[in-house]
Amino acid sequence: MTRLVFEKQLAEVQEDMLVMAGMVQEAILQGVEALKTRNVEQARRVIANDVEINNKRYEAEDKCIELISLQAPLASDLRTIIAVLHITVDLERMGDHAEGIARIVLMLADEAPLKPYIDIPRMAQIAIEMMEGALDAYKQRDTALARRIIDRDDEVDELYDQLYHELLMFMIEERGTIQRATYLIWVAHNLERIADRVTNICERVVYLVEGKIQDLNVSKY
Amino acid sequence: MRELTAELRQGVTIPRPERPRRILTPDATAAERVQSEDPIRQPPEDAVFRLQDVGLWYGAKHAISGITLDIPVNRVTALIGPSGCGKSSLLRCLNRMNDLIPSARVEGTVEYHGADIYAKSVDPVEVRRRIGMVFQKPNPFPKSIQDNVVFGAKVNGIEGSSREIAERALKQAALWDEVKNDLKMSGLELSGGQQQRLCIARALAVQPDVILMDEPCSALDPIATLKIEDLIRELVKEYTIIIVTHNMQQAARVSDYTAFLLAQEHGLNGTLIEYGPTNEIFTQPREQRTEDYITGRFG
Repeated sequence: MTRLVFEKQLAEVQEDMLVMAGMVQEAILQGVEALKTRNVEQARRVIANDVEINNKRYEAEDKCIELISLQAPLASDLRTIIAVLHITVDLERMGDHAEGIARIVLMLADEAPLKPYIDIPRMAQIAIEMMEGALDAYKQRDTALARRIIDRDDEVDELYDQLYHELLMFMIEERGTIQRATYLIWVAHNLERIADRVTNICERVVYLVEGKIQDLNVSKY
Repeated sequence: MRELTAELRQGVTIPRPERPRRILTPDATAAERVQSEDPIRQPPEDAVFRLQDVGLWYGAKHAISGITLDIPVNRVTALIGPSGCGKSSLLRCLNRMNDLIPSARVEGTVEYHGADIYAKSVDPVEVRRRIGMVFQKPNPFPKSIQDNVVFGAKVNGIEGSSREIAERALKQAALWDEVKNDLKMSGLELSGGQQQRLCIARALAVQPDVILMDEPCSALDPIATLKIEDLIRELVKEYTIIIVTHNMQQAARVSDYTAFLLAQEHGLNGTLIEYGPTNEIFTQPREQRTEDYITGRFG
């Protein structure tokens, strides 16, 4: 006995989630790229595309609710659907953070650059790597990988801390930098939150495999 | 002889060797944690039944074997598994219903409150009074509603007027309000769901402490089914209930513990594959075979 229709639907909703993850990843990359190159048009596209990311989340939620109500999933099927529900919410919020970065690009468009961007692209790169790792861990149901990814959140937190203090120094030394430095702290904060959301995804991978819901992101920050 | 053993009547518990508990505690050692992965998790509660290595033969056919299981008091325990896995056979071992089949032979021990119900001195009629049964198809007698309820109670010497016994049992079975003005009406005139509740009332009237239910809702519509399920949750406050069901959602809705049985191959005897708290069985089973069965990928 198999459940061909159900299995197809379950595979589809997970594929939709991975497509959505690709869209979010692209939004983060484009947002940070727009910041670096001061590309207002690129930033506007990121903002406009966020609507599609949000819609993907609602579609996934609808499909999950339908599967729960019509197919009465149990055990690993149920855990998969619950994981998809949570992960798509996290992805949607990550998309919002990317949109937040793009909006700051617009706010900084008429301002002179404060400093060369080094730590922000580095934070973005680690966040993207973490995201890729988390999605691999999901696809392979690899809890060891998921736990390693969670540990990388400290790298992002450390960079955020470093950048925060650096930007504070700018503000203390030169009042004219307060607005620009504040905007950049917001950018860094968005990236820091993106990495946090990745750790949520990793926790869901652990839940999916082990059935345990727990906070695994015990950071020193 | 209608008496059960003296020990049983006085409620004296026969000493038995302690079995290791398999429930995790926060300070469990690593070794205990490994042991906790055992798919058979005996409930950490007082047991009504303790089954040790129970098997059942019908002539040369080995229907079930090696069942070791504690059934906790005032809980609903569901027995699930595909057709032919031996779940109904196991249920019938618990009140010696299999005695009625000449070729049936039970092995191992079935302790009820510490006493072996298959001991020579034990009267199976008394066993069945204490351990009542409700069957798949409602089977009222062709008598009035009141007579249906009080018949067994009177035979068993339960005190009180017929009207009092009937009212008490029908209220417990959540049927009283629907039939209180028609107690003289034939039980056969009730709807299927009402007939099943009448049979539950009949089982309750003899004052058992365990009720065995063998697919009690399989002949009922969804509304009648939900009424029986609500009733089960109400009755479990006073009784221990063991239910065999093919409906996994029903097992998930009504039971506290679930035991999954499976005949390894067609024609072979059924064994216990997994046992534990219902919420764990239905969200994170430890055995792949349980997972395959409850997610509908069995076979």
